[in-house]
Amino acid sequence: MRALVLAGAALVACLTPASTGAKATPHTATIVVDKLAFGELPASLRVGDTVVWVNRDMFRHSATATGHFDVDLPPGAQRRMLLTKAGAFAFTCKYHPGMTGVLKVSR
Amino acid sequence: MLQKTLRITAAATLLLGASSAAYAAAPSDPQIAHIAYTAGSIDIAAAKQALARSHNKAVRAFAAEMLRDHAAVNDQALALVKKLHVTPEANATSAALSKDADSTLRRLSHLHGRSFDRAYASNEVAYHKTVNGALAGTLIPSANNGELKSLLQTGLTLFREHQHHAEHLAASLK
Repeated sequence: MRALVLAGAALVACLTPASTGAKATPHTATIVVDKLAFGELPASLRVGDTVVWVNRDMFRHSATATGHFDVDLPPGAQRRMLLTKAGAFAFTCKYHPGMTGVLKVSR
Repeated sequence: MLQKTLRITAAATLLLGASSAAYAAAPSDPQIAHIAYTAGSIDIAAAKQALARSHNKAVRAFAAEMLRDHAAVNDQALALVKKLHVTPEANATSAALSKDADSTLRRLSHLHGRSFDRAYASNEVAYHKTVNGALAGTLIPSANNGELKSLLQTGLTLFREHQHHAEHLAASLK
């Protein structure tokens, strides 16, 4: 298992590292969690970009894609996650399974 | 089982009938705040009992979630009533909820192992279903203050999540 590079948060599982080569400049996209829902998801994520998860809710949440990533989000937390693999990653909050989303990452 | 069903039905009748039969008028904001806080406190007490008695990993994780989430909502509720200078008002619905919850705690205190886990999960399903019905049908429509209404709506979203989670838990314990 190879580690997904993540600044400020621990992942229990990982994505396959991929070369970012001469790709476009990496971007940082924010996903806000509030009122028991994931906010608008970035439409054009690429390998090398960073996702910042921001929990503005009063509840503890997580962004969990089994086998890929598991970001713990206590109330008020902000966690950075570097995308190292392309794909469509269905994720949920492991505490509130009705909260779902799909992170689409292209090369 | 019949006794449990009757108790839950009685509580549901009180909650759901709060705006018609039990009250000449819709419950006031201070009464609604008291009912909502009481409902949260009841599930916190149930979660503490489960954490003290259950050794099942899934049950304990669920109970920890109930404890954490309901405490967060109740903390917000306390902060809101303080901000609004509202004193929650005790009422018949809150009293009936507490009486019913005490009875459930006593009943579950005699159960052990899988019997306890099943009873706890089953009660959580029924309890959240009852509270969700009351929130959607009576408490939210009756709330006058916008911030209180908003907090109740967040509570309803949360408790619906809990109900689904409890249903999954109960099914896994059959």
